[in-house]
Amino acid sequence: MRNATSLLLAAALAFPAQAETPSRDLELALAKSLQAVSNNRLDVALNEVDSLLKLNPNFKLAQLVRGDLLLARSKPISNFGDAPNAPRERVQDLREEANARLQRVQQQQPIAVPKYLWQLSPKQRYAVVVDTSKSTLYLYENVKGEPRYVADFYISVGKKGADKLAEGDQKTPLGVYFVNQHLTRDKLTDFYGSGAYPISYPNEWDKRLGRDGHGIWLHGTPSDTYSRPPLASNGCVVLNNDDLTHLGSHLQVGVTPVIITRKMDWMADSDLGERDALLKAIEQWRNDWASRDTESYLSHYAGDFSTGAVTLPAFAQQKRLVNSGKTWIKVRVSDLSVFPYPNQPDMAVVNFEQDYESNNLSNRMHKRQYWMKRDGRWQIVYEGAA
Amino acid sequence: MNKIKKLGRIAALCAFLSVSFAALADDIQDANKLFKQGLHAQAMEKVNTVLASKPKDAQARFLKGLIQTEQGNMADAIATFTGLTEDYPELPEPYNNLAVIYAGQGQYEKAKVALEMAIRTHPTYATAHENLGDIYAKMASQAYDRALQLEKSNTGTQTKLALIRELFGDNPKSARGAKTTVVVAAVEPTAASTPAATVAVAKKPEPAADDPAAEVVKTIQAWAAAWSAKDSKKYLSFYAKEFKTPDGLSRSAWETQRKQRIAAPKSIKVEVRDAKVKLADASHATISFRQSYRASHLNSMSGKLLDMVKTDGQWRIAADHSGK
Repeated sequence: MRNATSLLLAAALAFPAQAETPSRDLELALAKSLQAVSNNRLDVALNEVDSLLKLNPNFKLAQLVRGDLLLARSKPISNFGDAPNAPRERVQDLREEANARLQRVQQQQPIAVPKYLWQLSPKQRYAVVVDTSKSTLYLYENVKGEPRYVADFYISVGKKGADKLAEGDQKTPLGVYFVNQHLTRDKLTDFYGSGAYPISYPNEWDKRLGRDGHGIWLHGTPSDTYSRPPLASNGCVVLNNDDLTHLGSHLQVGVTPVIITRKMDWMADSDLGERDALLKAIEQWRNDWASRDTESYLSHYAGDFSTGAVTLPAFAQQKRLVNSGKTWIKVRVSDLSVFPYPNQPDMAVVNFEQDYESNNLSNRMHKRQYWMKRDGRWQIVYEGAA
Repeated sequence: MNKIKKLGRIAALCAFLSVSFAALADDIQDANKLFKQGLHAQAMEKVNTVLASKPKDAQARFLKGLIQTEQGNMADAIATFTGLTEDYPELPEPYNNLAVIYAGQGQYEKAKVALEMAIRTHPTYATAHENLGDIYAKMASQAYDRALQLEKSNTGTQTKLALIRELFGDNPKSARGAKTTVVVAAVEPTAASTPAATVAVAKKPEPAADDPAAEVVKTIQAWAAAWSAKDSKKYLSFYAKEFKTPDGLSRSAWETQRKQRIAAPKSIKVEVRDAKVKLADASHATISFRQSYRASHLNSMSGKLLDMVKTDGQWRIAADHSGK
């Protein structure tokens, strides 16, 4: 046991203060128990794990630790998860969960803002960023445009990890998505636990790259399971039921962004510069459109631009035709949000309310654009209604 | 929790108490004797007589608890032993026996607490330590099952249970320090060692029909099967007319007693192991074996030595020299 946990406890454990959620308390109790093991205080370790199991008997990892601690009183044990005839891959799963949770406990509460939240719209009261490598989902609140850390949660992702390419590859997609539905417990089987929030995979970029698959949800755990191993789902992001309910109370269907990255990155000064350059380009695009300078307006669109099946030449032709019939155009952009894309450098997803008026046509729409920085200049590679 | 040990310990404790209390009432000695002979009702009567005049008597109450355990009255036995722990908190044995009963009921937490109390009173109480180890292993196994969702039916679990059984197996037991000799002597007396010329046949699956030693083994296996089936009529048919009934009981009194004891437990499983037969002549033999007895509330392993006689072409039990 000592050997096995010293593998887990490579670094000396210190438990920084974190947002207080029941799951966080449980994780801390588990870490304390494992720390007690590494200090050879098996009695303390057992007390700790016993008291957390009283609250959550379905916490399988804690049951495994308890099994080891009890068995150690009966005979010497040599391995983490020393159950006789235990299925090796299940023990390995739980060992990985222990690792992930210990790492989480040792993390400082983030003070920086995630790189992926360049700008939130006033409507987006919260934002979610998932770090698949750290088995962690971060929840941020939009406080007057500034993302403020609220909580983070242990999660499970796809059995084969991240970066989904195809249906059935058991991977979790990386990208910028939005919560687009809420399925309550009564509409689901027990497998999904306290509820589910389908997200918008595959998004426009995924489709353009030919990525397929569907049904990527944030969801809970079965009633007999407190949590699942780090790599457990078919691509969904799985939280324990309390956490899902807690998180769910902050999610806005059709509004809340869920950005999934392989590795969390934090906002740097260079990001602020890039963000401002992009915001400037967006404003220039709006202005060029409103001033009916069609060629300047079209210069914001990249050579490989497309919207659905329509590519740049057809799009440009149609815009020239439409704009020639205008005597005046007004374009207002509001509720603008900007999210740099994980796993795709120099690309950002831009959403806004577009209020378009002209001498012969007016409309309001929710628009989504993908901007890419090419040759030092931000350009639109996709645009469409969201 | 292996019941083999339990019986051993109960007997051991009984023996321990019988030597450690200096002045023993004859009634208690008688009750003890009756209890060891399996005459529980009579033993209980004697104990109650003692308790009528000395209601606080630790030894009598302890014996009462043992009888209640043997009779399967677990709630009463728990009450009796619990009462003893309250009145005599310095005695570890009642705690230990409480633990054994709780463990038998699958209440491992309670068993654990009781054993910890026994150890607190006597930190070197080996039996309690050993039992506690068993309880921990059992609790660990439960925790592993929950952690890994091991199916009860899969072979892994079966192997694991077999392992645990082995872990708790037939190790020589020791109890409280200096009393070890007494204790060991008090545990099931083993059969007299059999002469070198014995014929070991137990492992032959299909003994040849003309092999008398094999016939004897087959008979004893059939006897064990009848006992396991709780078929007392068939069971009794294995005893020869001249069978020497124990304790001077009449044949009919003995038969009644056997019927009661076979009827009492919900289930019985008797197994014959390591059988060795010694033939005196074509119709007389002795058989020695280890008898594994598992019933709803009690398990035991004991050595058996039986005289066998063949009349009318059928081997029957003529005398039982074991355990008396």
